[in-house]
Amino acid sequence: MPSDRPGANLPPLSLYVPEPRFRPGDTVDFTEVPVPPAGQARRPDTAEPASAFTDLAYDLVRVLDADGQAVGPWNPRLSPDTLRAMLRSMVTVRAFDERMFRAQRQGKTSFYMKCTGEEAVAVSAAFALDRDDMCFPSYRQQGLLIARGWSLVDMMNQIYSNKGDRLQGKQLPIMYSVRDASFFSISGNLTTQYPQAVGWAMASAAKGDTRIAAAWCGEGSTAEGDFHSACTFASVYRAPVIFNVVNNQWAISSFSGFAGAEATTFAARAIGYGIAGLRVDGNDALAVYAATAWAAERARTNQGPTLIEHFTYRVEGHSTSDDPGQYRSAGEASAWPLGDPVTRLKDHLIAIGEWDEERHIAQDKEIAEMVRAAQKEAEANGILGHGLHQPLDSLFDGVFEEMPWHLREQQAQMLAEETASGRPWARK
Amino acid sequence: MNMIQAINSAMDVMMDRDPAVIVMGEDVGYFGGVFRATAGLQAKYGKTRVFDTPITECGIIGVAVGMGAYGLRPVPEIQFADYIYPALDQLVSEAARLRYRSAGEFIAPITVRSPFGGGIFGGQTHSQSPEGIFTHVSGIKTVIPSTPYDAKGLLIAAIEDNDPTLFFEPKRIYNGPFDGHWDRPTQNWSQHPAGAVPEGYYKIPLGKANVVREGEALTILVYGTMVHVASAVVADAGVDAEIIDLRTLVPLDIETIEASVKKTGRCMIIHEATRTGGFGAELSALVQERCFYHLEAPIERVTGFDTPYPHSLEWAYFPGPVRIGEALKKVMKD
Repeated sequence: MPSDRPGANLPPLSLYVPEPRFRPGDTVDFTEVPVPPAGQARRPDTAEPASAFTDLAYDLVRVLDADGQAVGPWNPRLSPDTLRAMLRSMVTVRAFDERMFRAQRQGKTSFYMKCTGEEAVAVSAAFALDRDDMCFPSYRQQGLLIARGWSLVDMMNQIYSNKGDRLQGKQLPIMYSVRDASFFSISGNLTTQYPQAVGWAMASAAKGDTRIAAAWCGEGSTAEGDFHSACTFASVYRAPVIFNVVNNQWAISSFSGFAGAEATTFAARAIGYGIAGLRVDGNDALAVYAATAWAAERARTNQGPTLIEHFTYRVEGHSTSDDPGQYRSAGEASAWPLGDPVTRLKDHLIAIGEWDEERHIAQDKEIAEMVRAAQKEAEANGILGHGLHQPLDSLFDGVFEEMPWHLREQQAQMLAEETASGRPWARK
Repeated sequence: MNMIQAINSAMDVMMDRDPAVIVMGEDVGYFGGVFRATAGLQAKYGKTRVFDTPITECGIIGVAVGMGAYGLRPVPEIQFADYIYPALDQLVSEAARLRYRSAGEFIAPITVRSPFGGGIFGGQTHSQSPEGIFTHVSGIKTVIPSTPYDAKGLLIAAIEDNDPTLFFEPKRIYNGPFDGHWDRPTQNWSQHPAGAVPEGYYKIPLGKANVVREGEALTILVYGTMVHVASAVVADAGVDAEIIDLRTLVPLDIETIEASVKKTGRCMIIHEATRTGGFGAELSALVQERCFYHLEAPIERVTGFDTPYPHSLEWAYFPGPVRIGEALKKVMKD
């Protein structure tokens, strides 16, 4: 019998669309997420070829065990002072996020993004890198600046786009740029900074410099073409660069399955490029430190790039414009099997007798007070929406090194309009 | 020198003067580029300053931005301008905005060289003129030479410039000026005064147009290959036209344009790129805004058609002598 469809006797194809395991209202059960025991993953010598340890791209490097002890070959054996400094930075990041989130809700700025649950990813990396290694962060690595001791007031000035904002109110809040802290200008376009980090690292290598570069992106944006271009370049020229993929499970409301997580790990992306790949417990500050230090040593000894997947969880929404309650179960954050990075580091310090609950509570209070004081100081410079904090004519500065005629004309037009309106906006 | 040699000489001069200048792109290293524009540079300056890249335009430009931020002056090549689109985000969102968004903390002093334009039977993927896409973007400069002399001087200026610059090379005239008659033999640059290119350093400032022919009857605004096509048509028609080679589209030499149109009272704009939203539309608007009361006829635009670049019908697409001649009659009618 003739058919209206060629091949009608064949089974029809079907399109697979991934779906997260839990939606709002579902009970969360993460027992299927493999969490190998701390200390189990082997630690190859940094001089070994990437092909010798591909298993580590599928494993999970963990140092802190359930009892708060640091175990295994990846234990970086940090001094108690360093551990306490890392804890302090992580607590500061969390307090800073809390304050600024609230400031946004109070209408003091347009936008904010927390990194709650991911503090170890940036803070530990900052401790493991040299201060003049150039970081090409995504928008959730405020911990780099805080761990590098950068001024909270300066960060807040940027968030408020006020008169103290060194970026002259030209950039979205939290899209910092701090050359003095080797912190590259953040772009809201995802993973564009991967090839830029490679270029910076290649330039450093070509110049015989000793500085390396590090870049961050989320697991969702590993789908961007820039990610793959960067991996190719880094592999080809053995660029001294560290690629950090922060797998926090969610890209706004798209779960990691839409970036390919059901098929393989993100660390395994490295294997096809011949890049060293490590998958680490991103909520384990010591594991992140150890992996970053190891990757930095590879980079500094001309062994080439390393891609580190930080397996973690985004406790909060994507940004202040997001409502995670609409797309994921409320129970996910508390059920996350890798715990909370701040608590785990604190428990470790207590377990080794270098910290206690009283000191922790006192530090929390002290840091909250410090952040509040910084906020007060920053708000004295103004908050977003309360008038113009930058000189009106500065709007045209920095499009080009020298202002061409068409911008001069537009600037003059703007100033004339504003003068005619009679509003008292400041000029340079 | 032909235009390729002039471009090569510009890079040679700049690499010799400034160790921060590096050249990168597909095939630019050992082989010296598919058009030979980088020939000999790797042998002279070494492969850490002149090197081949993977075939990823977004990677090439992204890496160049990072190198620029480090303190180098990369001169990346995009082998054909038609292939610049994968790099669009790196150019538009990153290179063009880096200075502005970081308030000068980081800059991208890169010069992207790319052969562009049609007339070589390059089909849809080796013929396009994408300049209008970039002139629409704030923070990036666009430079288009029309002679070997200009190519060298402008390229040196672009490499020295601290802003990201696109340097589009009209490949139809790499070897000699082209009068638009595809069935006639092409003249060689050695027979043209602008083919006399000094060996050493000189530069032509960005933002300064060149009046290639002074005239009283009409102003013709052109760049690249069309400078020569327009000149040939004007010579054949015997019209006393003032022909202005814009040289740089951003920044644009508005003073020269305005003075000329006010003098002649008529204006014609010619480019190879598609018409709608092309740079000719911007030129037309500027002339109308500034010279309306001096105009004696509507502004005429002669452009490529709003189709993809056709292969076999290339010469029907190309804004050649016939189309320009008709437009010339129209604008000179009254």
